[in-house]
This record gives sequence, structure tokens and C-alpha cells, in this order.
Amino acid sequence: MKVLIPVKRVLDYNVKVRVKSDESGVDLANVKMSMNPFDEISVEQAVRMQEAGTATETIAVSIGPDKAQETIRTSLAMGIDRGIHVKTDAEVEPLAVAKILKSIVEAEGIDLVILGKQAIDDDSNQTGQMLGALMDWPQATFANTIEKDGDNLTVGREVDGGIQTVKVSLPAIVTTDLRLNEPRYASLPNIMKAKRKPIDAKTPEDFGVDIAPRLSTLKVAEPAGRSAGVKVEDAAELVAKLKDEGVI
Amino acid sequence: MAILVVAEHDNETLKDATHKTVTAAIAMGGDVDILVAGKGVKDVCAEASKITGVRKVIACDHVSLKRQLAEAMQEVIVPLMDDYDALLAPDTTTGKNFMPRIAAKLDVMQISSITGVESADTFVRPIYAGNAMATVQSSDATKIITVRPTAFAAAEEGGSAPVEVIADPSGSHRSEFVGEELSKSDRPELTAAKIVISGGRGMGSGENFAIIEKVADKLGAAVGASRAAVDAGFVPNDYQVGQTGKVVAPELYIAVGISGAIQHLAGMKDSKIIVAINKDEDAPIFQVADYGWVADLFTAVPELEAELAKAGY
Ligand SMILES: Cc1cc2nc3c(=O)[nH]c(=O)nc-3n(C[C@H](O)[C@H](O)[C@H](O)COP(=O)(O)OP(=O)(O)OC[C@H]3O[C@@H](n4cnc5c(N)ncnc54)[C@H](O)[C@@H]3O)c2cc1C
Repeated sequence: MKVLIPVKRVLDYNVKVRVKSDESGVDLANVKMSMNPFDEISVEQAVRMQEAGTATETIAVSIGPDKAQETIRTSLAMGIDRGIHVKTDAEVEPLAVAKILKSIVEAEGIDLVILGKQAIDDDSNQTGQMLGALMDWPQATFANTIEKDGDNLTVGREVDGGIQTVKVSLPAIVTTDLRLNEPRYASLPNIMKAKRKPIDAKTPEDFGVDIAPRLSTLKVAEPAGRSAGVKVEDAAELVAKLKDEGVI
Repeated sequence: MAILVVAEHDNETLKDATHKTVTAAIAMGGDVDILVAGKGVKDVCAEASKITGVRKVIACDHVSLKRQLAEAMQEVIVPLMDDYDALLAPDTTTGKNFMPRIAAKLDVMQISSITGVESADTFVRPIYAGNAMATVQSSDATKIITVRPTAFAAAEEGGSAPVEVIADPSGSHRSEFVGEELSKSDRPELTAAKIVISGGRGMGSGENFAIIEKVADKLGAAVGASRAAVDAGFVPNDYQVGQTGKVVAPELYIAVGISGAIQHLAGMKDSKIIVAINKDEDAPIFQVADYGWVADLFTAVPELEAELAKAGY
């Protein structure tokens, strides 16, 4: 089974987000960037499948600027076999990402694509499902457990009511949720080894995909703020305040 | 303009998220229809037809739709879109699952989790865990949108829209439902509750959540949690409030032993009143709390329960 793992370079989850004063976007100059945390979970899943002998080859792909190669290297250091870098400085929307991934899936003969359920920058939660529709493949989103039996995957999904289990037949799409696994840290020898693993250089044009955005961002503003209120000393004071507020 | 809203339901009852999504649809202007896709959904359709401002209810009742899995929903909805300019669904795990498939099939870029409608093609949505609010304009002919229910008031009931039954889908798909393990509780649903009390890593164990549950039962509140509490196995995944869990906006949110990471704040900072109980006076949660109580939760929460009992709750 050949597995494709798309990885995105995003603002690190620990960095404080600053909206630009001209409201044109979020300030990404000189801030720490990292692999989208959900993609780390996808990478870990693929590497574990390879270690268990269910995956024969694992390929990471990132669509983005030159620096996206660092994100691919991180996945290679975690154990992914090779990378594909689709270079573009433009912001690529989930629909266009899904179209590029479709071309790669077809060209590489991929059986399973494991994606993060959402990227923590645009919080869209779309790409995996879109790729599923474009490929006419079944999908199991928000995976909490994955088991392979023959040509099927049985996936436990984190849904609003609890856990739902579905079975999908391969080839298929899986998107990962937080509790699927705990991603490993790359060891120093593996980081060194990853430097020699191949990364193919591509562009969106190579796949004939039009990446022109469909949404234009008119403005990016600060959210309505909240300020610290008052401290209470004991339960009696708290209950009195909440009664005054009319919320209990 | 004609807008189709996909109903959120469990085949038995219509969820309030539907009413809120209808409000967003009405704000876009035009005729609003509701699709109820499921199995044995007669009662759900009857409820949907009561929502004020709805032109008609479309019913698709078939065994393949019982769990509203994405492939089955896609098969039903894509052909219907010939007659609509926009498709809206709540951004629940059900809506998040099927909506992007339909968008991709129609070659449309979806707009996820909107919190505001500026016009028929321009919407406000949170990005970066709600640390920025983007106003986006769509150039696609059809709009595919998921709606964050907490950002909209529920549409009223009082109408009597006709129900139209459409043909059965083929229902053959390469994904199938195997089973589910749903959290059972007599408490209100997290996203619909007027009061939510959540516990974090500071709770120390699942058993210790009992002290929170006692307060919840006094107040008729739902119980939530931080990611750390879910990851540690104290409570099930569906308790998680935050950027990548559930978004809640109750009248009162009580955070117990939760530090207030941005990913958690993303899911609760639109609550009307926030109370934080934490022993660390520098915990970031206090920066958003209307009422902060610096205390050990193992003494504070039982005291709160006793005080509520004294006050007759
Ligand atoms: C991709 C990603 C997505 C995420 N999504 C979410 C999400 O949706 N929701 C979410 O909540 N988090 C999310 N997180 C995690 C988030 O970053 C924090 O790690 C998490 O919210 C911390 O949970 P916590 O506040 O319970 O734990 P901690 O940060 O460890 O805080 C525990 C708090 O309890 C207090 N405490 C301890 N003992 C006591 C006591 N006896 N009495 C009183 N106070 C006490 C401590 O002072 C501390 O403030 C996400 C992270 C990532 C990377």
C-alpha cells in the first residue's frame, strides 16, 4: 500500500497571532513556523503503518514556498521515504490543493491519503473531503483509531456525540484527529539521514491546476476583545455575583 | 436567489443548530428551503416545516442516509444544487464531513464556519483559532457554507412549510457504518446548554470530575473539558471545547483547572459570563474571566456546590 501524506507549514501553535495594523492579514514575518500539528499525526500514522508492514512506501507532499521544504524534511526525519515539493509563493486554497493532490495521487498510484483534519491557520477542515470527492474515493474523517484488514480500513471517528466507527474500502482518504497517536520526535541520526532522502521539485503548472483563489480576503481584523474582570474571594461572593448577572 | 439548508438531526429530533443556520441563510436574502436527509425522518420534517421563513422542506428518507455519511449525503445533495445558489449546513462534525465533498464536486471553494453574513457573497469567519476575523468574498457562482451555530440566533417557529419527498438515492457506497459509542448523559448538550462547566488537567483524574458534575446538576449545566483533560483520558473526546473541539457560547462558562491556552479560548470566549477557578493567579484564563477565583479547585468546587445548595439550587 502506497501512502501519501500532505504536510503544511503553518504559524507555530505556540506563537501569539498578530493581526497587521492595515488589516490585510496576519503578520508572518520573522515568526516561528512549524508543521501543522494534525499533519504530524498523519506522518506518525504513516510511519507506523510502514513499520507494521502495511504501508510499502510513504511520500510526503507540501505545497508552498521554498521554506515548505523544511516541513517535508521534518517528515522525512520522522521516517517518511521521500518528498514532493510543489513550489508556489501564492496562498493556495483547499480546493486547489485538493486538485494538485489528485494529480499526484494518480501519477504515483497512491492507495491511501492521510491528511490532518484541519490546518491551524485557516481552520478550514476541507482538503481531505474535497480530495475524496475529486477521486470518488470513500473517506473516514477525524480518525481516532485506524485498523487495516485486507482491502478495508476500520476507522474510529471523533464525532460530536462520541466515537463512530466506519469501514471504508481502499483506496481511501483518512483525516486525522488529535488522539490518533502521539507523534515522535526525530532523532539526530534520522535528521541526518533525512538530508539525503530525495525531494522532487514541482510547480502547480506541472499539474495544469489553476490555483487562482476563489475567495478574496477583504479584511482581517482583531476579534472582539475581552478584558479581565474582578477577583472573588469565596463561593458566597461568586454566587452573589452570578445571581446579580442573572446567569444562574 | 434560492438557498438550501441541510438540517442537523438524529432521525428523531431536529437540532437547534438548524434554526441558527436558517437565520444565516435568511440574512443572505432569498428563498430558504430545508433538506432533511435521514431514515425515518417524518417527525424531523414536521419540526423543520414549523421554522419561520422556510419555503419548503425537502425530505429524503432512505436507509443509506441513517448516519448521514459523507458519500451518501453527496449523492443526494449534488443533483439538488441545480436549483440552488447556496448550500448551508451547521459546522458540526456531520456538516464538516460532507460539505467539502459537495463543494469539490461543484468546483466551489467552501467557506467554513462563518460567524457573520455581510451580504449574499461576503462573510466573516474566524481564522487562527479565532485570533483573527477574516472577511471574505466568494467569486463562485454557488456558495457552499458551513455556519457556526453559536454566532447566530435561532430562527423562530410558527410557520407551516410544505414537505416534498424526493426519490430514493441508490445508496451504494464504499463506506459503511459499523457502530458507535455515544456518550450518554441526562445533562444538556454541550453546544446547546445555557451553562457549561469545564474541567482541565488540574482535575487530576476522571473520578475527580464528580465534583464538577455535582455543580452541573445543581445548575442544569453541561460538562466540558480542555484537550489536556481529554488526552489524559479523564473524559471522552466529545467533551473537548476549543479550536479543534466544540465551540460553545453559553450564558455562563465556568473553567476549572484550565490554564486558558488560545486553543481552548477559541471554543468559549464568546460566552456571556466567564468564571475561572485556578490556583495559579497568573493563569491566562484570568485575562478573559469576568470573575476569577484564585483557589485550589478541590476545596473551591465543593464550596461552590454547598453555597448553591444553601441558595436553594
Ligand atoms: C493542534 C492543537 C489543537 C488544540 N486544540 C485544543 C482544543 O480544541 N481545546 C483545548 O482545550 N486545547 C486544545 N489544544 C491544547 C492547548 O494548547 C492546551 O495544551 C490545553 O488547552 C491545556 O489544557 P489545560 O488548561 O487543561 O491544561 P494546563 O495548561 O496544564 O493547565 C492546567 C491548569 O490547572 C491549574 N491547576 C492545577 N491544579 C489545580 C488545582 N488543584 N486547583 C486549581 N487549579 C489547578 C493549573 O494552575 C493550570 O493553570 C490544542 C493544541 C494543539 C497543538
